[in-house]
Formats: sequence, structure tokens, C-alpha cells
Amino acid sequence: MYEIVVLSGKGGTGKTSIAASLAVLAGNSAVIADCDVDAANMHLLLKPDFGKTFEFYSGELASIDQELCTVCGICAEVCRFKAIPFKEDQYLISELDCEGCGYCERVCPTHAITMHERKSGHVYISKTKVGSTMVHARLDIGAENSGKLVAAVKNEAKSTAMKEDKQFIIVDGSPGIGCPVVSSLSGANYVILVTEPTLSGLHDLKRVHAVISRFRIESGCIINKFDLNLEKTVEIKRFLLESQIHHLADISYDIAFTQAMTEGKTIVETSSPLKQLIEEVWQNVKEQIIKKK
Amino acid sequence: MTKKTPFKIAIASGKGGTGKTLLSTNLAAYLSQTRSTLLVDLDVEEPNDFIFIKGTIESVSDQYKMIPEWDEDKCTLCGICSNVCKYHAVVQLGTFIAVFKELCHSCYACSELCPMHALPMQKHKIGELSKRSDGHLTFIESRLEIGEEQAVPLIHQTHNLVDKDYNNISFQLFDCPPGTSCPVIAAAKNTDYVILVTEPTPFGLNDLKLAVETIYKLGKPLGVIINRHGIGNNDVESYCAYNQIPVLAKIPFDRQIAECYSKGELVYNKVEHVETSLRQIIKYLDETHRNHV
Repeated sequence: MYEIVVLSGKGGTGKTSIAASLAVLAGNSAVIADCDVDAANMHLLLKPDFGKTFEFYSGELASIDQELCTVCGICAEVCRFKAIPFKEDQYLISELDCEGCGYCERVCPTHAITMHERKSGHVYISKTKVGSTMVHARLDIGAENSGKLVAAVKNEAKSTAMKEDKQFIIVDGSPGIGCPVVSSLSGANYVILVTEPTLSGLHDLKRVHAVISRFRIESGCIINKFDLNLEKTVEIKRFLLESQIHHLADISYDIAFTQAMTEGKTIVETSSPLKQLIEEVWQNVKEQIIKKK
Repeated sequence: MTKKTPFKIAIASGKGGTGKTLLSTNLAAYLSQTRSTLLVDLDVEEPNDFIFIKGTIESVSDQYKMIPEWDEDKCTLCGICSNVCKYHAVVQLGTFIAVFKELCHSCYACSELCPMHALPMQKHKIGELSKRSDGHLTFIESRLEIGEEQAVPLIHQTHNLVDKDYNNISFQLFDCPPGTSCPVIAAAKNTDYVILVTEPTPFGLNDLKLAVETIYKLGKPLGVIINRHGIGNNDVESYCAYNQIPVLAKIPFDRQIAECYSKGELVYNKVEHVETSLRQIIKYLDETHRNHV
């Protein structure tokens, strides 16, 4: 079983469109995991059936029993997250600010504070339109721990892939370099980086690559919209060479991606000439991972 | 004399790559032609505004979070610390107390509840704040160290610093991280008005809906800017109209904008319709500000 994670650093480079295209090409040989749980979009292209739903609990949340509270204020004093404001003669927990550390519960002299498990989203196990299993999630609005939800999605995808004896797991990661990204990298065999030839694209590519290097995961890169700025494209290729990142493909700046998306399709389901290019990328990536093992 | 309070505007988006940075930098530069303006890059995982803002760095300050450090000589291995920590950041391994700094939320519980004071809190560097000036524009960049996973503490610290040192600048723009979870909440919470930048595609609409729910949960007024108007479809406009969300401007899709962006250039003085859009946005913000005061 090989796990392929698609990342970008910068948002809006075409990461999800490409990950979904690979998912369609892989068909039933892969389990799909949408780990961009903050702003999940893969379902718009892969049309999963939301077959099974689980509630996801992560972390804790404090609550105050006002009957027991003597308004001593010790809880608010120790809380480093300003999560216990004093309003209308009562101490109240601000759910958006509480990080669930439990310090207040420990110090409350009248045991008026208790910690509860916190529901922070839903995990779905679906069948996609191409028949593969897809694990995806939705984080509750403003909930924390998206790194943990990413881990839950990945673990579910892994156990499904084992159970169904699938060859690949294709993961759509989130932008940035923080905890959701790190969480989506655990156990990965290969990272596909999707970038664009802009100063921001290259800057963010370098930062996310620095994170990947710490995990010693092999990676390849697709330069999307390469013809937007040919000088930058050359610069990116130089960076890829220096950093031992495989150059997978150059994709031209093409409105066909948006048109396909508007119809709820991936680019490989249209008659666009880009289809062949993405098919080559998929072959190329498969060969690289399998050869390595 | 009435006390002048700054008007703080968050520029956010659910989906990455919709034009948040484009709008933040161009709006800030345009505004600063006529009034003193502050721009703060809070997209700490992948800060990009610096690419577009000229001016040399005047000062840099290291930013820290506080983490416990084990003092072996004082420790009696009573186990309270590892028992208290909800994040598994302080773990007793035999006769050794391990501190996993990336898991620590700086709640201080272990440190302050330790009967032997064997876990004093120490500074740990998580990022850097830098300051640049260009005419009437003051620009603060907040940048997370590679390898650090938590953006939230750095975002909080940046807001605190801005409140302390820059209250004299009446117009303040905050370029927020993408997504809908903890980082964007931390970034938008301390502001008066939120602009959501989106694109007229299914991905854009899906993530816009999530972002709107998030901002409403924070109780902030908001407006939408549709970037790349002309691609995709009309669903974003219908959604905004149906939900009575003001659309501040529609920036037409234009390859020239993308090319300027790729080179790290501002566009408001090159593309006329961008300047028109910025004028509309500023007019709207000024009216909102007057009502706000």
C-alpha cells in the first residue's frame, strides 16, 4: 500500500483539481482521503454518497455549574486563553476560546467546573462516482484540532485500504505548513507538490518542502499555469533540481480546469488535451513509488 | 476630545488562492496614498505580502511561546504534571519527564501545579515579527518558524503588539490565514469588519459558505469581494443576494493581473478596473466606519 499526499503550500494552485483527477484515474485501486478538512472541496468533483457518518470528538471543553459556583474568580485568573469572561455577575465559558486544558477544573475550590468531550466535526465514509472509497470530513465551524481530524480521516482511509486490499491512498492535503499539513504527512510514501510560477508560489513551495524534508519523504512537483511567468517557471525548475524534487509536469494556464469544475468534473473527464498530461503524471508517480520499494 | 480608535478590517477567505494577498496589498498601498495605513500579514504559515510591499526592514523581533522546562534536581517524580496535561505534552517516562514542545498549548497548568516548582516556564521561539515602512504605509509581517505547528499563539501575540504600538494608525488591514478553523478565528476575532475574498466557482462558493458561518459565529459584520469575476458561474452572486450579504466589488478576471502578481508587482496603478474596484471598496469601508463610530 502506497500513500500519496498532494500539497501546495500556497492555496489556489490547483491542488484539489489535480488530486481529484488522480483519484479518477486510479479508480478503484485507491482509497481517497480529503484531508483539507478546513475547506474540503474534493466532494464537489468526486460526488461521494456520504454513505456512513461518524461524529468526531476531539479535546475537551469546560463547563461551569452556576449553582455550585461561588464567583471566586480563580478559574478566570488561571486561564491563559481568556476563555472565562465575567458577564452579568457570572463566569461563563467562551467556547471559541477554551482550549480544553482543564486548569480551571483543577483549581475550582467548589468543583463547579467539569470538562467534557468536545464534538468538533463529522467524518464520512463514502463511495465516489468512480466506485472507490473516499474518507472525508467536515470540521464544525470554529472548531480546533483540525490536525487531529486529519489524523482521524487518514487512519480511517488506511484501515479501509488494508481491509479492501487497495494499492494506493491518495490524500488531498491542506495549504500552509502547520499542524494539519504535518498530520497529513505521517506515513506518506510520496508527496506531489502543486505550485504556480509566482513569487508567492515559489516562496510557499520552499517552506512546505522544508517541512517535507524533515520527514525524508520523496517528492515530485507539478508546475501549474507554467506559461503565466516563464522566468519564474525556470527558477522553480532550478529549485526542484537543487532540492532533488522530481519535475512531474508543466500545465498551461487553462480555463478548462474551472469549466470542468463548474460542471462538477475533473479535467480527466473532459476532452481537454491536459487529460493526457495528467495521465502521464499518474503513470510516472506510480513507477517512481513502486520502483523505490 | 473623543478617543480615536482604529478601524480594524480582516481580509479573509475560506478557500486559499482567491486573491486575499492581491487585495490586501493593493488596498493597503492605494489607501496609503491619501492616509496613514497599517497592513499586518497574519497568514503566518505562508506570509506573502512582503513580496509586494516595498521598503526596507526597520526592525525584527523574535516571538516566543512559553513552554515548561524540566528541572531534574527539584523533581520528585510525583506525576502530577503528566497527569494534568491534556495535550500529552508533558509525559513521565520512567524517571524522566519529557516535554514535547510542539504539543504544548502554554496553559501553565503543569508548571503552576507542580508542588516542587520543577517545571518553570521558558521562552521558546515560534516566529518573527518584522516592520517595514513605505511612505504612509506601515507593514508588519508575522512569520511562523518552519517546524512549528501552532499558528494561533503567534497570531494572538501579533494582535497584542499592534494594539499596544500602533493605535495611532486609524486604518488597519489584517491579511488572515485561509480556512475556517482556529487560525482564522484568532486572526479575525480582534477586528471590526471582515472582507471575504472569493471566486465565482463551486470551490469558491463552498468555502465562502463555511467562511460566512465562521464569521457570523464571531458576530462580525462582513462583505464579499468576488475576484476573477467572469469565470465559473453566477452561484456566488445568487448566494450573496439571497443571504443579503453585501458584495463590495467584483474584480474582473484578467490575465494581466495574474501576470503582475506572478512578478510580485502591485496592479492598482496598472489595471484601471482594479483601481475602480478599490475606490468602491474604500467608499464602502468609510461608510461602515462612520456608522461603526
